[in-house]
Amino acid sequence: MAEVEDTLKRIQGYNGVIGSIVVNAEGIPIRTTLDNSTTVQYVGLLHQLTMKARSTIRDIDPQNDLTFLRIRSKKHEIMVAPDKEFLMIVIQSPTE
Amino acid sequence: MMIIIGLSCEGQLYAKMEIVYVYTKKRSEFGRQCNFSDRPAELHVDILPDPSLAANFTVRDPCNVTMQCAEEMSEHEVNTERFESESRGINHVEGGWPKDLNPEDMEATIRYRKKVEKDEHYQNTIMQIAGLMEHCSKQNNATDIYQDFFDDEVEEEVVEESEEEPSAKTINVFRDPNEVKRTATSLSWHPDGNHKLAVAYSSLEFQKAPNDMSFDSYIWDIENHNKPEMTLKPVCPLVCLEYNPKDSHILVGGSYNGQIAYWDTRKGSQPVEMSTIEHSHRDPVYKVIWLQSKTGMDIFSASTDGQVLWWDIRKLSEPTERLVLDPSKKWNLDNALGAISLEFETTMPTKFMVGTEQGLVVSCNRKAKTPAEKIVCTYSGHHGPIYALQRNPFFPKNFLTVADWTARIWSEDIKESSIMWTKYHMAHLLDGCWSPVRPSVFFTVKMDGTLDVWDILFKQNDPTLSLKVCDEALYSIRVQDNGRYLGCGSQLGTTTLLEISSGLCTLQKNEKALVSEMFERETKREKILESRHREMRLKERSRSEQSREDETKDADGEESTEELVARAETEFFHMLEAEKTKERNEEKERDMEKGVCEEKDFQEEHETNGEVASFTRGEISL
Repeated sequence: MAEVEDTLKRIQGYNGVIGSIVVNAEGIPIRTTLDNSTTVQYVGLLHQLTMKARSTIRDIDPQNDLTFLRIRSKKHEIMVAPDKEFLMIVIQSPTE
Repeated sequence: MMIIIGLSCEGQLYAKMEIVYVYTKKRSEFGRQCNFSDRPAELHVDILPDPSLAANFTVRDPCNVTMQCAEEMSEHEVNTERFESESRGINHVEGGWPKDLNPEDMEATIRYRKKVEKDEHYQNTIMQIAGLMEHCSKQNNATDIYQDFFDDEVEEEVVEESEEEPSAKTINVFRDPNEVKRTATSLSWHPDGNHKLAVAYSSLEFQKAPNDMSFDSYIWDIENHNKPEMTLKPVCPLVCLEYNPKDSHILVGGSYNGQIAYWDTRKGSQPVEMSTIEHSHRDPVYKVIWLQSKTGMDIFSASTDGQVLWWDIRKLSEPTERLVLDPSKKWNLDNALGAISLEFETTMPTKFMVGTEQGLVVSCNRKAKTPAEKIVCTYSGHHGPIYALQRNPFFPKNFLTVADWTARIWSEDIKESSIMWTKYHMAHLLDGCWSPVRPSVFFTVKMDGTLDVWDILFKQNDPTLSLKVCDEALYSIRVQDNGRYLGCGSQLGTTTLLEISSGLCTLQKNEKALVSEMFERETKREKILESRHREMRLKERSRSEQSREDETKDADGEESTEELVARAETEFFHMLEAEKTKERNEEKERDMEKGVCEEKDFQEEHETNGEVASFTRGEISL
């Protein structure tokens, strides 16, 4: 339990990290450092996107699976680490 | 043997032959050992072909037989289970909470969350994906993979560019659309953007203009060579045409009959105003230049009638000022030199130069107090009319003249001769101009249709680039302000637009310094030569003065020139007589002494003759 806390705190403390969210399979944000409305928006959209990405990978090669998803935008980078049940989302801004 | 005759179901009678064998065996003989014996073949039945049966059949020829060279395949059908897929999305407002939980209820949600967090599975999963996340996060912090490299390195000017072969290529050719071709005598680039070229057409050959020759001049758009963008319809063909550098809609043209006309392109093809014939030039106006003035409406024009006239184009009825190019400064029109070219530099608005038909360049001052002072000095050195005259845009003290078979560069201070000149070419040079971007480059065009590009820093004896543009003579050339494009007009009215290679239109490093050094060096050389010449002349004069003084002393007082001449004559004849007799005597001697070297006598004679000659020359030059 403490480890989890520490890890999450550490991730949040990294250079440039704007926010982090942990979501479960139903879309409930378990842990979040952003405000509610933003969290809900991120979760809803990224969940769908992750599913789509995963199905894409598996369509091409059924043995394959999605391990990580990174979306780099002009302002920052959104990183999604998927799992069967949970989803971790971290938003980091590039070091410039 | 039995023959079975039957009736088939279709009602056909058929006969069938059945061969039957009957074995008879006694009962007692059963089981007896078989005695096999061999015997030859016996023919039992022999059914011969019956030709009558053949009548039931017809011969088919050809017989169609189908064949296929392919894999034999068979058709199979499979039916799989249908897999239906559907796109689904979750629309979160605050979704996913279990049914019994009210999302608005803060406490309930917190409690739920805490419950999930306590789950071990959750913790393991989080540790796992957190590891991944950390890795990526650190990666981001390590390097910026989207960094633009080499952005800050300024692209250096590739040195190889200057070593590239100088070249020029034709971009476009504008032909005179009329049947009767006229010479393109003058070109003018549009002052803004240089997308248009105004060309003046006329026939410069005296009285050779055919009757149906059109008088029009055209403005061409350099992109479109099929049709001129605009036509200018003067009353008389235009010899020269210039855009107003301040107002790109206004053009002024000097025509063959001496009148000046100006056009406004917004107002159409007809001239807005023309100068009155009485006050205009009496010969074709060869050059017209816009002056730098507050109104931007002043021009001055030059013509071979010997006058330079100043006009305000708003009032073309009368020139505002007049200058007669009389070198004796008496304003005598009969003595005047015909002007063929004009030069005006906006940085020196009071001075201007005129190139004449007689080969002199006259430098004038507009703001002189008295009319006689207007002509400041003349530069001589050319043998024919000076077709082009232009100051170097970077070094206004030096100017280029193009005339007869050479092009010369002059320095304002040296009036005796040019400081640099090209060799004498095979064909007349008809026009030339400096490059506006490079102080050492200038262009000339010749009567045989070649365009020469000279780079005096690179090569002084020959042009750096010589291009044959067309077969007929090229009469005019004008470079665009960016120095890259130039237009040249030919005798048959064909204007060619050329682009020169970038090496010839980019300023090289140190170029200005080198060119100024060169000009200074040449100027100094000329100055030294000039001073030497002057010295020599002075010496000659003083020597002749000296001898004259001696003579007068001998002759006791004043003698009139006639008497002096008579005396000189008599003395001369005496001398001759003396020589003749001496010769005769010597001949006699020589005849007598055959062995004496004749050469020696011959030499002596010549020497003595020479002395006599110089002595008498000195006397006669009184």
